[in-house]
This record gives sequence, C-alpha cells and structure tokens, in this order.
Amino acid sequence: MTDSNPSFLGRISLAVGTFFRILGDGEFAAEVLRLRDGGVAASAAPAPAPTPAPAPAPQPAPVLKEASPDAALQLLGLLQRDARFIDFVEEDIKSYSDADIGAAARLVHDGCRATLREHFTIRPVRDEAEGSRVTLAEGFDAASIRLTGNVVGRAPFNGSISHRGWRVDEVRLPKLADSHNAKVIAPAEVEL
Amino acid sequence: MSDARQSRYAIGIDLGTTHCALSYVDTSASDGEKTSQGVLPIAQLTGPGAIDNLDLLPSFLYLPHPDELASGDLYLPWTGQREFAVGEFARSRGAATPIRLVSSAKSWLCHPGVDRRAAILPNDAPPEVARVSPLESSVRYLTHLREAWDHAHPDAPFSEQDITVTIPASFDPAARELTAEAAEAAGFGRMTLLEEPQAALYSWIQKSGGDWRKQVKIGDIILVVDVGGGTTDLSLIAVIEREGNLELHRVAVGEHILLGGDNMDLALAHVVARKLAAAGTQADAWQLRALTYACRSAKETLLSDPATDSVPLVVPSRGSKLIGGSIRTELTRAELTQTILEGFFPQVDSAARPVSRARAGLTQLGLPYAQDAGITRHLAAFLGRQVGALAELAGTSGIAAAGNASFLHPTAVLFNGGVFKSPLLVERIMGTLNNWLAAEGAAPARLLEGADLDLAVARGAAYYGYVRRGRGVRIRGGTARAYYIAIESAMPAVPGLEPPIQALCVAPFGMEEGTEAELPAQEFGLVVGEPVHFRFFGSSVRRQDQVGTLLDFWGPEELQELEEIQATLPASGRNAGEVVPVKLHARVTEAGTLELEAVPRGTDERWKVEFDVRGNANA
Repeated sequence: MTDSNPSFLGRISLAVGTFFRILGDGEFAAEVLRLRDGGVAASAAPAPAPTPAPAPAPQPAPVLKEASPDAALQLLGLLQRDARFIDFVEEDIKSYSDADIGAAARLVHDGCRATLREHFTIRPVRDEAEGSRVTLAEGFDAASIRLTGNVVGRAPFNGSISHRGWRVDEVRLPKLADSHNAKVIAPAEVEL
Repeated sequence: MSDARQSRYAIGIDLGTTHCALSYVDTSASDGEKTSQGVLPIAQLTGPGAIDNLDLLPSFLYLPHPDELASGDLYLPWTGQREFAVGEFARSRGAATPIRLVSSAKSWLCHPGVDRRAAILPNDAPPEVARVSPLESSVRYLTHLREAWDHAHPDAPFSEQDITVTIPASFDPAARELTAEAAEAAGFGRMTLLEEPQAALYSWIQKSGGDWRKQVKIGDIILVVDVGGGTTDLSLIAVIEREGNLELHRVAVGEHILLGGDNMDLALAHVVARKLAAAGTQADAWQLRALTYACRSAKETLLSDPATDSVPLVVPSRGSKLIGGSIRTELTRAELTQTILEGFFPQVDSAARPVSRARAGLTQLGLPYAQDAGITRHLAAFLGRQVGALAELAGTSGIAAAGNASFLHPTAVLFNGGVFKSPLLVERIMGTLNNWLAAEGAAPARLLEGADLDLAVARGAAYYGYVRRGRGVRIRGGTARAYYIAIESAMPAVPGLEPPIQALCVAPFGMEEGTEAELPAQEFGLVVGEPVHFRFFGSSVRRQDQVGTLLDFWGPEELQELEEIQATLPASGRNAGEVVPVKLHARVTEAGTLELEAVPRGTDERWKVEFDVRGNANA
C-alpha cells in the first residue's frame, strides 16, 4: 500500500496524527487496538464488504470565478471620463427639474454610447423584431435565451420575443501599464 | 526605386495637421488593380498608462511636468523610455494644459516667419518648459508611426519598406525638404513625398477597382478640393491621352491656405459663446474648448440631416456637479448656415477674390491663418489664376482649348476631408462652381462619387507606393512651380531706391522626380567661406520659362517670394575671401524634394545650396 518504512519525521507526524484520531474516533481506536493485539487488519475483518456499487459520484461543487476588478474599474473610468457617468449617478437629482436632468442625461447618453461603441461590439442575440413569433428547437442555448411565462412541455417551444437580448462579440479595452492604479477612476483635478 | 530587393509592403503615411494615419498595400497579395490594403491600428496612449489601438494618431505632442504623471504612465508597448506623449492622450491632456501642448506642428513647419529648426513650440509655453522645434515634433510623430508598425509587424521592418509621406500640394521647396529631413531623422529608409490631393485621387482610383476609367474620360479636368483639419489644398488634374494610353496629368496646385475644419468648429463655438454672453453666461477658456467640441458634433448632425433645425448643446461643468453646473444652449440651423455656409462657403461669382487686409502694426508671432475664410473665394482665385494652365496640353491630347474663359473650367470634382461628409457643403461648392460654369456657357462639372473622406490620403499614398512599381496608372506632372533667383540688374543706382531686380529661372515648371535641370549660362560670384544669400521666387503660372530665362517685369500674381536661399563655398583648397564663379544647378530628387547646387566653374564639384528656414522678420 503506502510506504512500508516511513522516515523518522514521517513517523513523528504519523504518531501525532494517530494520537488525536484515536482520541476523537472510536472506531479507529478499536482498529488500532486490534492491530496492536496482533489481529489482522480491518480489511480482513468481517466488516460489511465495501460496496463499490453505483453510489452516485457527488457532483463536484462548481468552481466560482473571481471577477477581476481591473476591467470593471477600467470601464468605470472610461464611462466617467467620456460620459461623466459617476458624476451623474452620484449627484442628488431631487432638487432639479426634468429639463435640467434631461440636458445632463443627453451628455451622459452621448458619452456612454460612444464608450460602448468604441470598446465593445454589441449585437442583439435575436435578429427578429420584438413581438415576432419564434420556435426554439431542442438543444437551444439556454444561456442566450431565457424562457419565461408558461414554461411547460418539451421542445420545440413556440413563443414571442419580448426582448431581443444583447451579446458582446468583441471587447477592446485599452491595455494598462502594470504600475497603473486602476482604483483611481477619475483623478482629482487641481488647476494651478 | 529600382531596387532589386523589393519590399513586401508599400506604406502610405498621411502626416496631417491634426491627425496622422498609416495605410499599407501588401504587394505580395496584390495583382494589377486588385490590391490587398489595410490601415494600421496605431497603438498609442489614450490615458495615463492606458494603451489603445486607434486608426488615427492625433498630431499632438504633450510635454508633461516631471511631477505630473506617475512613472510608467507614459510607457508604450515597445518602450519604457518616454518623457513625452504623442497621440490621443497628448490631445486630451493638452486640452486642459495648453502651455505644454504642441499642436499644428505641420503649419509651423511651413511658416516662413520662424526658424523651423529652433525650439519654439509650444508657442506660449513658459520658460521652464523644454520646447521643441516644428521639425522635432514632426520627427516624433513619424517615429511613433514607425515604432507602432515595427511592434505590429516584427517580421517586416519599417525601415526596409517603401514609404510614401504626403504633404500639401502647396508646400514650398523648403517645407518639402524639412518633411524629408524629419522622415530621415525618424528612421525612414526609402521615402517618397506625394501631394495630398494626388493621394486622394489615387485612393479614389484604387477604391473604384478599375471602374474609374468609366467615370472619367479623356479631356476631363478634375478639380480636387481637399479641406483638412487645418489646411485647404486645391489641385487640378487633367485626363489626357498620350501614345494611346489614358494619362493623368497634374496641371496646377493652389496656394497655401491655412484654413480647415478646425477653424469652422472654432467659429461656431464663438457664435454660441456670444449668444451665451448675451444671456449673461460668460464661458471661460475651458468651457470654450468644451463648447468647440460640442459644436463639432452638432455641426455634423445639422450638416448631415437637413430635417433637424437645432441641436441642443450641453457644456458640462468642470466639477463633479454635472446637472447643477452645466451650461445648456443650442446650435440652430440659422446660425450654422450663417457661420459655415455663408462664412466659409459663400455663394460668390467667379470674379470674387479673397480679401486681404494689411496686418495691423505689430502682430504676435503666430500662425499666418488665411485672412479670408471664404473657401469659395480662394477657389475662384485659384481657377482664375490658372486659366491658362492647359495651354500646353491643349489640342494635342484631347483637351479643348480654353477659348475666352475667364477662369479654368473643371469638368469633374473630387472632394476630400471629413467636412465633406456633409452633403450640404458638397452641394454648396458644386452649386457655386456650376453657376460660374453656366455663366460662361460651359457644361456643369460632375461629382466623382465614392471617395473615402477620412483615410483617403493615407490609402492613396500606400497605393501610390504600389503603382510606382509600374502596376497601375500614375499621375504625372512634376513640380508645380518654376523657380527663380533674384539678381540685381546692372542699372545705375538711384539714391533712396532699392536697385531693381531681375528674376532668373533656375528650375522650370514640371520637373519630374529624379530629373535635373540643365546648367544655366549665368554665373555668380561666391565669396569663399562666406554665406551668400539669394532672394528666391516661385511661380505657379509661368509654365513656359526655361532655365536661364531672365524676367524684367512680372505681375504680383505671377511670382511669389519664398524664403531666401543660401550658398556657402567651403574654404578647402581655396583662399578664404577669394571670389569663385559658380553656376546654380537644380534637380529634383527621387524623394521629390528640390535641390539646388552651386557648381564652381571648370570643376565637377557640387555644393548644396540651402533653403534658409530660419525665418526672417519681414516674411
């Protein structure tokens, strides 16, 4: 099985590990006792035969990706620089009239649109007009089409498009120097 | 160049006043009029430490304060050694700190009033900013383009490719030579100059994929109107037949007009700022810049969509209070029509000429912007001046004789430059020109469709590098001016009067690249070891003068004085102070620059005569 003659250090660690397991695990303690008393190992013991049977292999827990903050910070920086996005969202708009907000929104809209068009290629997921009827064959991509409402039965599904969806075909974010501090999405400006 | 080792790419560079672009033809994948062409996305800084690839490289140079940026903010993908920024970041950063921003370097490069090799830019920088020369900033733009190419094409080094750099057709010999010098300093190995309107026409030919032969016919006179960010450039190209083949012949180029799309945006911004001031809001310098930017896109909307009557303008506040601090106004169609159509493209008749007024006393040393903004008046003056341009081609090659026209009649027009994305401006020029033609009983000129307005010059330059290898039609024409030096006439001196001068032709009109003018008979005495200056003139209309032609009188329209030229005979083998008779000999290099040489009598020696680009006070 394993190393038949562990090293001295290996034995220390085995001893310590075994010591605690004997204290905490009654069954293991009984096995050790049996071993010390010259008995045969547990495998030979008349314990219930291990069933290599179809115990459903447990689904490995999905690995969650940690989103890299750099690209997000960079996009925020671009939206602030070209569209004053943070300024707009952070401003308290309660006291302003719709006309004032509308004027600023025009600027933010122009800038956001220019930023998105420059750095992303965005297309609708479905090219059909919204409201038109579509049939989804079996094996459609559930990630790009979300079924809503009366979701029953089997494919093919018939329904109407309530939103065409968006997909990004290409991302073209500027490359950043290693030394660049992405957390400062808009530096303070000091006029001299 | 008949180099046996031909490069794979023919690269074209548009070195513009406000933007540069690089296009290339892959000659290994091109055949005949089918070319494989691309535009290089130019890696450049777009923010501190942020690199992006853009089709255009803004022609701006920013010289930051040592404490202004963190280390690494100016690094490029190919170097960590940069103390300045070129391109988009330079443009945007410099908008807020104009004292450290070099812009319009190209206009300075051809400004006869300043020393182009002296560190004078930014013009209004405080003493502690290390200024650069107009030549040096051009070198930096061209160097950036070379490095961006080499970074993207490690297998095809830039210095081994055929490069074509474009210049305004109106550039004088000194500005051409400075551009060639900048290219050499930037590590350009095999470089040729090409006039921008010609590049635009090459691009149109290339884009038509052979179809251009159906759109123009023998006898056509194509007027190219190229309005860039900072300059307006006019050229006339005749379609003639020679030995059974269609040939394009550039017959005339316009004067240097410092007037472009940026002037239009600025004019609109001032109109709107005046309106704001009348309503009690004073825009500061920062807001005026933001207003100029907003006016540009409003102008584009109004000019491209005739149904829109006004476009709202918002000048954002500088602080983080966006809604509370912004200025709201609008640009109306009436203002646009008044400013752009009537200001820059007025409907004048063909006898109109640009107004020039004497400059008031002491003017600050700035760029010599055109005094009359009316582009149509400049056009009328150009066509009027060139009325006889076809005299030598007439009859022999399908060109109709001019008859008694008061101006040269174009039969087709090609537009170039972003401002002509607007159908209104195209219509205005076509309408004005066709009125002139109708008044003289001539047929209206046709619009040549399908031009690529933004990248045509770079694309056309790359295509030119390809057709130079003999694979397509070439535009002929050679130099668009004859050149003269002044000699004092042998008349008794009259006290209080400048001695009258004669103009001696040293280089005739239409010298092609790689050709030499004959040696004139006249000799001049050069003092060994001492620089001798000659007044130097160019003429865009005197096509018939040969080397040695001596002019006693000329009209003010005929000859324009250029910068002086300067000859120095080194003392080697001679005694300092000795007077040596020399002849002046002109040749046009393969790269397209004019060179003058002094040839001492009875020798094969040749001494280069320099264009004096140090500026003179009275220019």
